[in-house]
Amino acid sequence: MSLSALTISGVDKFYGPIDRGVHAVKNLTMEIGKGEIVALLGSSGCGKTSTLRMIAGFEEVSRGAISVGGRQVHTLPPVKRNVAMAFEGYSLYPPLTVRENMAFALKAARLPKSEVDAKVASIAKLLEIEDILERYPSSISGGQQQRASLGRALIREADLHLLDEPMGQLEPQLRAVLRGRIKHFIKERGLTAILVTHDQTEANALADRIAVMEGGVLQQFDTPERIKERPANLFTGTFVGEPPMNVFEAYVATAAGRINLKLPDGLSLDYDKDAFSAPVRDQLLSRERVVIGIRPYAVRRSREGVPARVSANQWLGDQTHIAADFAGGSLVLVEHDRTRLDLGAPINVSIDPKNLHVFDQASGKAISHGMELA
Amino acid sequence: MEHTSLLERILRGIALTLVVIFFMFPIVWIFMMSFQTNETILRIPPQLIFEPTLANYTALITGKLMTAAGTLDIAFMRNLGNSVFLSVTSVAVSLLLGVPAAYAFARHKFRGSEDIAFTLLSFKFAPALLVLLPLTLYFQKLGLANTYIGLIWVYQLICLPLILWIVRGYFEDIPADIEYAYRIGGHSWFATFRKIALPLAGPGIAAAGLLAFIFAWNNFVFALVLASADKQPVTVGALAFITSSGIQYGQISAAIVLSITPTLALALYAQRYLVEGLSLGAVKG
Repeated sequence: MSLSALTISGVDKFYGPIDRGVHAVKNLTMEIGKGEIVALLGSSGCGKTSTLRMIAGFEEVSRGAISVGGRQVHTLPPVKRNVAMAFEGYSLYPPLTVRENMAFALKAARLPKSEVDAKVASIAKLLEIEDILERYPSSISGGQQQRASLGRALIREADLHLLDEPMGQLEPQLRAVLRGRIKHFIKERGLTAILVTHDQTEANALADRIAVMEGGVLQQFDTPERIKERPANLFTGTFVGEPPMNVFEAYVATAAGRINLKLPDGLSLDYDKDAFSAPVRDQLLSRERVVIGIRPYAVRRSREGVPARVSANQWLGDQTHIAADFAGGSLVLVEHDRTRLDLGAPINVSIDPKNLHVFDQASGKAISHGMELA
Repeated sequence: MEHTSLLERILRGIALTLVVIFFMFPIVWIFMMSFQTNETILRIPPQLIFEPTLANYTALITGKLMTAAGTLDIAFMRNLGNSVFLSVTSVAVSLLLGVPAAYAFARHKFRGSEDIAFTLLSFKFAPALLVLLPLTLYFQKLGLANTYIGLIWVYQLICLPLILWIVRGYFEDIPADIEYAYRIGGHSWFATFRKIALPLAGPGIAAAGLLAFIFAWNNFVFALVLASADKQPVTVGALAFITSSGIQYGQISAAIVLSITPTLALALYAQRYLVEGLSLGAVKG
């Protein structure tokens, strides 16, 4: 990260009067390096699109500052920010063909026609829309419009490429292919891109770093691996990962040199004190109540272990998702083989302390991940 | 294709014919009267066969009205010219003011924008005569009575709210992101309005302009009160055909034919344009 491509510092967004309107983005601060691909990930209404539109200049920044390439832009009109954007609703110009729509973005830059044609051709090939270049937006499918809109953004040379749900309308196979190509395209040209998505597969596949947002607050901004392995809080832990992390409240107790994590329904996860690293053990013992999280992949069936009762069993073609009634809630585990378990069948599960995520009961902040403190 | 039986098609044809005859009858009758003299018009019983005469049109175009009592000067052609001038100018002024205003109301929600838009609409609520009395007094003080400028100004009461509210709806139907996409591509706010918003709302602007034109053309009471003979449009000018020697039905009919021709032509022309504009599928999400 040599140069910063985008700096957002202390940005607030209110819809309506400041401090009284709807607080859509809360004190957002992030820095994105040149050549990075960053995904803003979150559910609907989490503030990710508001953030993108503030960067583009379609929404006013209520408080704080945004710089692109070291230049303060949050008071400039969109035309002066030098950013390109692909819109969620495509927003192609209806009276123009797909080719004209894409070439149009270059018109303002006054490039020679041969160069424009070459660029359109190469982007069209990349996005597999060569055969619809002469058609009008109203006569092509949603997926094709989306690719044309994406092409219109990628064709431009801008300091920042903003992609709002760029692949939401595409078929799964095409999406997988295009993800790879688009990432390659962006990396090859050293572009900086921010994409907004609620699809974590897309975020994981495309982004160098993911910013998880919820309720207008940035929850965590880190690489996909670290977000998966070291979620900063309960929200990130449960939001990222498919199927979602299993979460249970637990009382911490000690008996005869063992640590008991007491779950509802009289169940308890018992571990030897030495099963935890010293700092994690100290943290655990200093608390009375915690929230524990276990990824479904980390739950093992074993002969001894805590009892559970199967409530659903789905074979997805390459893995089995088993849901079980456990400790007053539901526990999901994933196995790679096809497992034959009838509904209501009793099973026993064990959880390796190395796979245990511990969160603070009150704040939801992560305390430890496996053997390491958060 | 829906299957329809022969009987159904025949019945539908008859029904359509009846409707067309019902609505077209007055126009056809007026058209026929315009080629007859008062004597043949007033024959009892009325007859469909007559010897056509162009005397009514000649009288209107030359401005000499022959009556039993003698020759009357009639300013019909001048009235027609006034109608064209007043309507065209009023609609042009309204479009110039109303379209940017409609865009502002559609795109920029500012404090009181709804109230202002509603106030403009409310101009249409008051009965015209209620407005006219004070207006006449003001206009006489301001020297605007019996001037084209004064009339065009008053005509804004008819045209402006209409254009503003219709065009605003069309602007609101254009997704804002299309304009954003254009602006982020390196174009100013004004270029976006001109190159994206205006063409996309084109059919709507044409429809609103046409409607406003028809309303302006058909206006009677404003011009009756505020204008003297040389500034009056055809609607008021037609009163001149009620002469001391009787009502000149033939000339009135010819005058009506001449005065509905421009609006009819415009409507037919614009209809084609409107259908074209809409079938291009203006904006689809």
